[in-house]
Amino acid sequence: MANTSRSKRLMTVGGLIFLVLGIALYFLKAPLGLNRKIYDLPVFLIIIGICSAFKGFTAKEKTEEEAALAGKTFTEFLTNNAILLAMLVLVVVICILQPRFMQIRVALDILTQSSPKLIMALGICFALLIAGTDLSAGRMVGLAAVISASMMQTATYANRFFPDLPQLSLWIPIAAAILACMLFGALNGFIVAKYEMHPFIATLATQVIIYGVCSLYFDMPPNNSQPIGGIRPDFAQIGQLRLFNGLWKGFPGISILIPIAIVICIIIWFVLNKTVFGKNVYAIGGNREAAVVAGINVFSNIMFIFILASLLYGIAGVLEAARTAGATNNYGLGYETDAIAACVVGGVSMSGGIGKVGGIVMGVLIFTVIQYGLQFINVSPMWQQVIKGVIIAVAVAIDMTKYRKK
Amino acid sequence: MSEYLLEMKNITKTFPGVKALDNVNLNVRKGTVHALMGENGAGKSTLMKCLFGIYEPNGGEIYLDGKKASIHSARQAMDQGIAMVHQELHPIRFRSVMENVYLGRFPGHMGVVDHKAMYERTKALFEDLELDVDPLALAGEQSAAILQMMEIARAVDMKAKIIILDEPTSSLSDREVDHLFKIINRLRAQGVAFIYISHKMKEILEISDEITVMRDGTYVGTWPVTDEKGEKLTIDFIIKQMVGREMTNQFPPREGKPGSDVVLKVEKVCSPLPKSFQNVSFELHKQEILGIGGLVGAQRTEFVEALFGLRGIASGEIMLNGARYTNKSPGFAKSRGLALLTEERRATGIFGILPILENTVIANQRNYAHFGVLNDSRRVKDADEECKKLNVKTPSLNTLIQNLSGGNQQKVLIARWLLTNSDILILDEPTRGIDVGAKYEIYNIMLEQIAQGKSIIMISSEMPELMGMSDRIMVMCEGRVTGFLNKGEYSQEKIMALATQFAGRKDAA
Repeated sequence: MANTSRSKRLMTVGGLIFLVLGIALYFLKAPLGLNRKIYDLPVFLIIIGICSAFKGFTAKEKTEEEAALAGKTFTEFLTNNAILLAMLVLVVVICILQPRFMQIRVALDILTQSSPKLIMALGICFALLIAGTDLSAGRMVGLAAVISASMMQTATYANRFFPDLPQLSLWIPIAAAILACMLFGALNGFIVAKYEMHPFIATLATQVIIYGVCSLYFDMPPNNSQPIGGIRPDFAQIGQLRLFNGLWKGFPGISILIPIAIVICIIIWFVLNKTVFGKNVYAIGGNREAAVVAGINVFSNIMFIFILASLLYGIAGVLEAARTAGATNNYGLGYETDAIAACVVGGVSMSGGIGKVGGIVMGVLIFTVIQYGLQFINVSPMWQQVIKGVIIAVAVAIDMTKYRKK
Repeated sequence: MSEYLLEMKNITKTFPGVKALDNVNLNVRKGTVHALMGENGAGKSTLMKCLFGIYEPNGGEIYLDGKKASIHSARQAMDQGIAMVHQELHPIRFRSVMENVYLGRFPGHMGVVDHKAMYERTKALFEDLELDVDPLALAGEQSAAILQMMEIARAVDMKAKIIILDEPTSSLSDREVDHLFKIINRLRAQGVAFIYISHKMKEILEISDEITVMRDGTYVGTWPVTDEKGEKLTIDFIIKQMVGREMTNQFPPREGKPGSDVVLKVEKVCSPLPKSFQNVSFELHKQEILGIGGLVGAQRTEFVEALFGLRGIASGEIMLNGARYTNKSPGFAKSRGLALLTEERRATGIFGILPILENTVIANQRNYAHFGVLNDSRRVKDADEECKKLNVKTPSLNTLIQNLSGGNQQKVLIARWLLTNSDILILDEPTRGIDVGAKYEIYNIMLEQIAQGKSIIMISSEMPELMGMSDRIMVMCEGRVTGFLNKGEYSQEKIMALATQFAGRKDAA
C-alpha cells in the first residue's frame, strides 16, 4: 500500500511542480529573453503538470493484494515503459539540438500525422486480437481513395473521371467508397470464418484482388490510369480543414483529422470494452475452441471483425484522398505494415487475445514522434528506416519478457 | 554413493505475491517409485518444474547421486538423466511417431538424418516396451495412452535415471493403466526411479514404494507405503495428510429421488463417422444424475459433444422436454437450456489470458447486454456472487484464470454454466485432475442443482465417482450403449463387463 500511495503522491507533487514552473516560465520568458530558446515549453510544462496531478489525484488506491501482485519495482517500471522512456530521451535530445521542436505547431503536426495511422491501427487490431492479421488494409485505403476522389472532381476540371457526372452530395461518394471496402472486408471475413483459413493467406489473396479491381477501375476510359486531380474544395475540406485557425497570432489551427481520430478511438474503445462483440473478440483470440463451446457464434463474429476493420480502412482512405486532394491506385501501399508495427509496439499480442486501445494510441504516437523528430534533426531517411526496424524488434522483445515466467 | 539418487533440499520458490514453495524436501531412492501427493495448488507441479529447470528456485539445493547439481533448463535436466512426461502431451501431430521420439536428437551424421537407424531403434524400443505401434504412423493419430508410452520410450532411450510422470493415468483406461504399470515395474527393476504424481489413491498404493505429501506449498512428510511390519498405508491416512483434516465421506449424501418426467429423450442417434457412436438411445429424467461409464475411446465425449452441437448427427431423434431438438450449434443448445462442461479444461474450457470475470460470464453475455452494450455492474455482481457461492479461491475477479489451480478453474467453468441457468448440465469428467477437497465441493454443487430441479448427465472414468454420484449408469463400449445399471446393482465388475463387451472383437479386427 505504501508503495502505491507514494507513487500517487509523487505524481501529484511532481505535476504541481511542473505546473508552477510552467506558469512561471510563461510569464518570465519574454522578460528573460528566452522566447527564441524555449519556444512553447512553458505551455507543455503546464499541460504535463495538469495531466500528472490529475492522474495522481484520481488514481485508484490498489488493495494490498493487487499491489503485491503488481510487484512494482523500479526495474519492472523500466521494462514496462522502456520504449516510452526511450522516446522521451529522444525528445529531450531533439529539443536540445533543435529548440524549435518545442512548439505547439510541432505537437499539432505530430498529432495530425498520427491520426490516419491511428485509424488504420485501430482497424487492424481486431484481426490481431484474434491471432490473425490483415494484409489487405493498405489496398483498401487505395480503393476508397480512388473511388471517392473519382466522383468528387470539380465540374470545370478537364480530365474528369466521369465527364458527365452531376454535382453529387458529399455523402454519396464517401458511402460508395466505404461500402466497397466493406464488401471486401466481408469477403475477408467469409474466407477466414467459413474455411478456417489463416487470415494471413485470406487477406493476402484479397489484397491482390483489391489492387487489381482498383487498378481496373482506375484504368477505365477516359481516365486511363491518370492521377485523379481537380478535387472539389468542399471534399478536400474533410481532410484539410483547420479548426480554430488564427485563434491567436500564429496559431495554426487544429486539423480536423485529430478530432475524427479521437472520436473513432473512443468508439473502438467502447466496442472492445463495453460490448458483447468486444468481449467475444478477446474470447475468440484467447481460446477459439473454448469460445465455440461457450456458445459464441465464431462465424458471425469473425465476419463482423473484418467488416468493421474495412469500414475503418475505408474512412482512412477517404480522408487520405481529401487530405491530399487527389488519388492514384497506389495510395495506401504498405500502410498495413506500419499499422501492425504500431499495434505490436503498443503491446498487442500477435498470438491473440491481448491488446488495449491505449497501447495502440501509444504505439502510433511513438512511431510518429520518432519519425518526425528524426526528420527534424535531419537524420537521413535511410537511417530512419533502420531505426524504425530496430524499434519494432526491441519493443516486442521487451514486451515478450513481461509474459515469460522464470 | 549417496543413499538417495535425488535429493531436493529446502526448495523455496516465490512468484510476485505468492510463496509457491516453502522449504520443500524430496528424496528419491534408486529403483523406486516415489509418489508425490497433495491437493491441487499444493505445489507439486511447481516443485517438478524446479527440478526440470523450467523454474529457477529462489532457495534450496538439488543433489543428484550425492553431488550438487545445477539445472537451469530442461535441456540440462535431460542431460543429467531427468525426464518428464507431462500431463497434457503436445506431440507434433503431423510428424511420425519415431520423429517425435527422437525429436531434438535425431540420429545421423553432419546434420543429415539417418531415417533407417531411427526406424530400427524406435522399433526395438517399442518392442521392448510391448508397444504395437508403427514408428511411421502419424503422432496425431495416436491415442493419449500411446502418446504417453511414446514419451516414456523417449525417456528410456535417453537413459533417464529419473522419470517424472505427471498424472499419467488421467486419460488411460484400466487396461492401459495395467500396461503402464508393467512397464514401470520393469524399468524400476532396472534401477530407474520414478516420481509419480497422481490423485488416484488406489493406483498410488499399488505402484509406489514411498509417498511424499505436500500441502499449500509446504512439505508434510514422507512415508514408505509398506512399513517394516508389512502394514500398508491407508487411503484415509494419506487424505488426512493432504487436506490436513479428516475426510469421512467421499460423497455427500443424496437426498430425494429423480422425478418421473422425461426431460431428454435420445433415440437411435448415430454419428456420421462409422467408428463413432451408433444407435444411442436413453431417457433422462428430471432431477436425475445419469452417469455414463466406459473406457477411453467409448465415444462418450463425442456423443455429448454431438448433443451440444459441436459435432454432427447422421440419424436419430432427440426430444427435449417433449419437443423435437436439432443439434444446430452450441449457441442453439445453450438457448434450449443445455450446458456442457468439457473434458479438456485447458483446451476447450478456460480462456487462460482473460480474467476470472470474463471467464465466468462469457456464456451469458447476452443477458447483460442491451443492444449489444454490456452492463458492467451486473456482470461483476453475478460473477462475484456465483464465484463466492462455489467457493472459488482467488485474490480478485481480475486475476487471470491461468493463475488458479485446476480445481478452482473447474469451479469457475461450472459457475459459467450455472449462470446460464441451464436445465440439463452435461459434465464430462467434472473432477478430472482435481484434488479431494474440491471434488467434494463439486459433488455438493451437483446435488444442489438437482435439488433445484435440474438434471445432469455425467461422464466419468472414475468408478467410485460414477457409482457414488449416479442415479443410473449407462455404459458405452466402442460407440454403442451396452447396458444400463440402476442404483443398487452397481459393481465395478458389472460396469467393466459392459464396458469391454466388444473388446474381443476389436482385437480380431
